[in-house]
Amino acid sequence: MTMSDTSAVSSSSAPPEAAMPGRSWSAWFVQTPGVLPAATFVAIILVWEASCRLFEIPSFVLPAPTRILGGFDAVSTGRWAEHVWATLRVALIGYVLSIAISLPIAIILARSEILSRAVYPILVVVQSTPVVAIAPIIIVALGSGDLPRVVITCLITFFPLVVSTTTGLMATPPELIELSRSLRAPVIREITQIRLPFAIPYIFSALKISVTLAVIGAVVAEFVAADKGLGYFIQFSTSMFQVQQAWAGLIVLVLLSLVLFQAVTAVQRIWFPWSLPTERA
Amino acid sequence: MTAAQPAIEFSDVGQVFRTASGALEALRGVDLSIGRHEFVAVLGPSGCGKSTLLRLTSGLIRPTSGVVSVFGLPVAEPRDDIGIVFQKPTLLPWANVEDNVVFPVRHKTGRVTPEDRANARIIIEKVGLAGFEARLPAELSGGMQQRVGIARALFMNPDILLMDEPFSALDALTREEMGFELLRIWEAQPKTVMFITHSISEAVLLADRVLVMSERPGHIVENLVIDLPRPRGIETSNQKAMHDYVGHLRGLLLKRAA
Ligand SMILES: Nc1ncnc2c1ncn2[C@@H]1O[C@H](COP(=O)(O)OP(=O)(O)O)[C@@H](O)[C@H]1O
Ligand SMILES: [Mg+2]
Repeated sequence: MTMSDTSAVSSSSAPPEAAMPGRSWSAWFVQTPGVLPAATFVAIILVWEASCRLFEIPSFVLPAPTRILGGFDAVSTGRWAEHVWATLRVALIGYVLSIAISLPIAIILARSEILSRAVYPILVVVQSTPVVAIAPIIIVALGSGDLPRVVITCLITFFPLVVSTTTGLMATPPELIELSRSLRAPVIREITQIRLPFAIPYIFSALKISVTLAVIGAVVAEFVAADKGLGYFIQFSTSMFQVQQAWAGLIVLVLLSLVLFQAVTAVQRIWFPWSLPTERA
Repeated sequence: MTAAQPAIEFSDVGQVFRTASGALEALRGVDLSIGRHEFVAVLGPSGCGKSTLLRLTSGLIRPTSGVVSVFGLPVAEPRDDIGIVFQKPTLLPWANVEDNVVFPVRHKTGRVTPEDRANARIIIEKVGLAGFEARLPAELSGGMQQRVGIARALFMNPDILLMDEPFSALDALTREEMGFELLRIWEAQPKTVMFITHSISEAVLLADRVLVMSERPGHIVENLVIDLPRPRGIETSNQKAMHDYVGHLRGLLLKRAA
């Protein structure tokens, strides 16, 4: 801003970059993507570490970052992999199942106003039921194993998918629906060739929300009953007062969520680049 | 099919929509007749039922009273020989220009043959988009997008072209240019055109005949034959007769609006 202002005023003198040598570094700092959040992150870690040492905070209240690093060594890499895989497997199976269920439901809701009026309140009731509260009941009903955990994951992920996909299916330009009808095309092609593709941006925004919800669902299920998984590991660690270990588990969990979120974003960027919002100016 | 038989005919057509706030009478007693290969423009205040006129012709809706006929047969459902161009191009954002143009056949039959693609490329060239076949809609200007919309409507080689304010989203210069291009296409391959517009000068410049509609419930209040020589071009806009037609229509629309 100020740079272009300067050049407009003193267009005959030296170029603006040369006139302000000190600016370029701070400009780089502020403008390069990722630098600002990374710096903020490092600063938080430093303040955290310093506070823990300075105020001698007990590690069961808040372990210092260096102690948490130690927590990673508490179990072997192989055990870590088992925990990660247990959580990831349930989250992914639940997620995929949830997508498979919610797409047809959304198509039905978008097509029929009567069915939509009949089913929607039920969906809202399901969504309003706290998953944490219903998880133990589901585990008792469905026993141990992956099934109850997958069901819990589905319950938590499918609502945003249904709502967003339905909205997307209804947001198709009416002209294209008229075009479809004027061609007397079968309804199935109206859905597959017009409505579903137009819903892609809506579907992906829900897919991004749901993939992190899927991890939450898996962890909630593990809290209730499990002998493996990151949720189980965190709960087990706290019950043994190994708080730095629990923190290590938490960090792995956060990284897992981030990776899954980025994976969904990448799928959209690679296969559906047209569906991304146009570049910010 | 006799030569005298009109392409589009409305006799005493009325259209009442049932809405949440009661019945809405969009059209009342519409009588019109459009000859084969005639270019007819329809003018009228917004909300008077111009788009409804197009929907009735295309068979997307059925009149609540009266009869709409196309080539002598009452319209019962959408026909294959009618192409529609909308106000907004409404292209498929994920499909390139060629795929957008062949979309009607893909949508209707589920597959696209090499001949379809060859056909599409000819039409794309005809609307002045040669070389842009592989571009996505987002990479095109508004005028170019509407050219794709027109190419898509021409692709099934319809006898009748219904156009609902097709150029109203374009800037004035592009709009005029597109009008003349439409005339060139129409002259090279005559079709019956029903062209809805808000612009009086556009209607006069393009059409053989201008129909003026009343405010709602809409009916035809003026039927003005535009006797200007073809082919028309920039020179046409400067002719005195053109100004007389425009002046007459403007007076009529202003008087009705007052
Ligand atoms: N499907 C519909 N249901 C209810 N009202 C409609 C419908 N289509 C059009 N109308 C109403 O009919 C009137 C004429 O609409 P339209 O033909 O779109 O006008 P125009 O194209 O001249 O602006 C408007 O008042 C519009 O709100
Ligand atoms: Mg309209």
